[in-house]
Amino acid sequence: MNAGALIVEISAAILGLTVLIIGVAAPEYLKRGAGLLTLFGLCLILLFCFTLQPYFIEYAFGGAYVMDGLAVFAKKFFVIAAILIVLLLLAEESKSKPVPCEYYALIIFALIGMMLAASASNLILLFVSIELVTVSFYVLTGFNKNSRLSLEAGIKYLVYSGVASAFLVFGIALVYGMSGVTGFKEISETLKGKTELVHSPLLQIGFGMILVGLGFKIAMAPFQLWVPDVYQGAPSPTTAFLATGSKAAGFVLLIRFFLNAGVEVTTQWREQLIALSILTILYGNLCAIPQRNVKRLIGYSSIAHAGYLLMGIATLGIDGVGALLYYLFVYMLAVLAIFGVLGAVYSDNGKGVYDCDIGIFSGFHKRSQFLAVVMTIALASLAGIPPLAGFFGKFLLVKSALAASSISSSYYYLIAAAIGGVAVSIYYYFGIIKLIYWDEPRQDADKLEIGIPVVVLLVFAIVGMLYWGIMPSGLFESAKSAANAIGL
Amino acid sequence: MVEWIFLIPLIVAVALLFLPHRWGTVAWFATFAATLVSMILAIIVFFKFDPSVAGIQFEHKFVWIKSLGINFHTGVDGINVGLILMGAIVAFTAACLSWDIKTREKEFSILLLLMSGGILGAFASFDMFFFYVFHELALIPTFIMIGVWGQGEDKDYATFQITIYLTIGALITLAGLILLYIYTGAKSFDVVEIRSWLNNNILVTNHQSLIFSLLMIGFGILVSLWPFYSWAPLGYASAPTPAAMMHAGVIKKFGLLGFLRICIPLLPIGSVEWMHIVAVLCVGNMLYCGWVAMQQKNLNMLLGYSSVAHMGFAFLGIASLTAIGLTGAVIIMIAHGFLAALSFALSGWYFKQTGTLELDKMGGLQKRFPFMGSILLMAMLAGCGLPGFANFVGELLVFFGAWREFAFYVVIGAWSALVIGAIYMLGAARKILHGDVPPEFSRLRDAQTLWRKIPYSLLIAALLFFGLFPGTLTRRIEPSVKIILKSIEKNEYSVKPKPAAPVKLKK
Repeated sequence: MNAGALIVEISAAILGLTVLIIGVAAPEYLKRGAGLLTLFGLCLILLFCFTLQPYFIEYAFGGAYVMDGLAVFAKKFFVIAAILIVLLLLAEESKSKPVPCEYYALIIFALIGMMLAASASNLILLFVSIELVTVSFYVLTGFNKNSRLSLEAGIKYLVYSGVASAFLVFGIALVYGMSGVTGFKEISETLKGKTELVHSPLLQIGFGMILVGLGFKIAMAPFQLWVPDVYQGAPSPTTAFLATGSKAAGFVLLIRFFLNAGVEVTTQWREQLIALSILTILYGNLCAIPQRNVKRLIGYSSIAHAGYLLMGIATLGIDGVGALLYYLFVYMLAVLAIFGVLGAVYSDNGKGVYDCDIGIFSGFHKRSQFLAVVMTIALASLAGIPPLAGFFGKFLLVKSALAASSISSSYYYLIAAAIGGVAVSIYYYFGIIKLIYWDEPRQDADKLEIGIPVVVLLVFAIVGMLYWGIMPSGLFESAKSAANAIGL
Repeated sequence: MVEWIFLIPLIVAVALLFLPHRWGTVAWFATFAATLVSMILAIIVFFKFDPSVAGIQFEHKFVWIKSLGINFHTGVDGINVGLILMGAIVAFTAACLSWDIKTREKEFSILLLLMSGGILGAFASFDMFFFYVFHELALIPTFIMIGVWGQGEDKDYATFQITIYLTIGALITLAGLILLYIYTGAKSFDVVEIRSWLNNNILVTNHQSLIFSLLMIGFGILVSLWPFYSWAPLGYASAPTPAAMMHAGVIKKFGLLGFLRICIPLLPIGSVEWMHIVAVLCVGNMLYCGWVAMQQKNLNMLLGYSSVAHMGFAFLGIASLTAIGLTGAVIIMIAHGFLAALSFALSGWYFKQTGTLELDKMGGLQKRFPFMGSILLMAMLAGCGLPGFANFVGELLVFFGAWREFAFYVVIGAWSALVIGAIYMLGAARKILHGDVPPEFSRLRDAQTLWRKIPYSLLIAALLFFGLFPGTLTRRIEPSVKIILKSIEKNEYSVKPKPAAPVKLKK
């Protein structure tokens, strides 16, 4: 069984259950410490993650669970994301109402799902882990019981996600039916060299359905319809986690299943993947233009970024996957910085909380110099402006796609779409920057006070975006060695 | 040493971030000092540069990302040594003139420093990645400066237009550079390493052609090659004076340097194939944009179009692919840098004094401004290519280079462009400086203190110096240009069939 390989997940599960029990049984003053306890526990887990050996491949549960470079990289990513989300929650807590212990516990459970997904090497574990993430998010999106929008988001996420899961499980059944195995390694061995099997319609449909199921998680067009409403309605920390952790989990599973287990099928799908990527980039960017709600705008831009990330998959190469992992990381920093700023700006109006109208940013630099700078840098990094880390990520993705252009000339269309998308995205990102710096502030706006947790989060994000932009080699090398674990 | 020319402004820019908001004057002094130091360093480098050595001097190199082959590789050769000098001088004068910016001085100083450090870094880089990144670093502040400190009703439109247009240009360039990296087997972004790889290998013609077309469009947008110029006039008209000086004068030269640094030496076959198209397009610059400039009623728009038109001469020199034409193009780049900076500085000064830039509302200002009027007249004369100014030298050399290489109509087009240039430049000078003084201008006074006169005098002095002693430039430029052209000569036979040797008939 080798359960020792799961030590990270097990300790996270213990942490989650402890927080849950505190929420039910402990006296009031202990409950208030639940956030700090979560933070502390996650930091310990992160420290432990850094001791894991990425070059030593270990299997558990009959090959269903694998511990390799990609798993270690992704686990670190997820834990860091979760820590930053907890910082967001702590900031919210210090400001207004206490956050219930269940919220922390659910974040941890979603995190466990993501970490399992990072190690999934079997269709069953793939499904179970992604369902653990999704079910946690059912509750997290609808957590604000008093807000109509939050409930709407919860219902929408539930319905869409349920359909996507149905696709996923049907696809899994078909793939299992055709190949007779569920392990990724076994699938790839079974498919190797068997052209007839690879081309059989049932197997192709099965793969397509799995792509639909995972495409829903990463907000790939045309399965992106849920994104704007859910992103807008869900509580901000949930949205932030959905945009970073959940999306990343989807991508890791895409890498594992389509580039490792099913690479024989995926190589037939080069053009289709390129087309999906183009569609996602254009849809996200074009729809983001008219948005007046910041969270909706981030939602559409997250669709666009899913398109850029999908470029890494569509190249079907190690370089592309490395670029994808690098991009995921810097994308997470930028998105969480934006949500940190949003939390500080919007939670202070006391009522409703969730009118994230873009107009509140007009003349924002007069309200808080620091937050204005953070927002600007985060948006610029998302837009891909050097010397920020977002630029280097886009550089790597474009480079990997161009390198693949010798195989198929369709990659030129992909590059053209990406360039067009970036140009469009500059329009709406700069729209916010323009509001911040050269419009007059609203009458009722006063100076903002920022709590310590947000400052920690924002400083980490800013330093990260600058450091990995100017000195990208460290993160780049580790992303590359993680990608090597796929063994394409 | 060269790296400090651009690192000092960048370091000061970062340091200024931590300055309290109210200390605007301190920020200005820091900017002034940083650009002064970098200008002095650039002058030292220029005169210490040894013209007899053709390779890179003051070289500095360290490996940045080994697995991608990206090096931080800076230095000077004959081509960029003059450009760096020009850029540093213009940055210094722009810093002097940013004294007039009285809102959010700290932010303006930071952006100006980023701009000057960025573009000087791009000029000094011998690595394609840093070449690109430094340029982008200089480009972004332009957009913000136009948006925040810009002038005119169409400011917001101009900001978005220039931002999106130039970003697309930059991204196309980036795609071209990455393709170049991928198709050469050198596994390096370092121009020197790629060139040494090309000594023994050859890049397939199709690839060269593809990369060259991408770079031509990308760089073309950045340098406002016809028909990709429409961002320029309105953008410059809306920009605050120092930003217009820096962009029109210095940053725009990046694309031309890209042709000299990357396209011609690394893509010789593509260059030979595409350059005649560039030659035709640049006639569009010279004639069409010159024609439009003639119709302008606003001094800033006129200067914007004329700066687009002048780029045509630089392109013509590059397209000629001869040593003399390329030398002329480099001199035009330097001369036009000084000239564009000077004319936008002047238009900023005139606007501040008179409150208008409409040519019809101005007049007789030579009587009111004996000093600034003379400077404006000199700038206009330099713009029409009067001997004695550096522009004349460049245009002359370009003509020599173009005469043999191109079809008759290209040369005729370029020649008529000179006439058109003279018409609008002198026409503007007449409308502004001569005639009756409108009553509302009768109380205006000339620039008073020496301090006010220094930036303009410095730029005019540079134009005159290089006009009277062009040898200082040509001696430095020519050896490096010849190295660039070697790759073309080496590949000549693979493109143009050589005439067969005459057959000797036996009697």
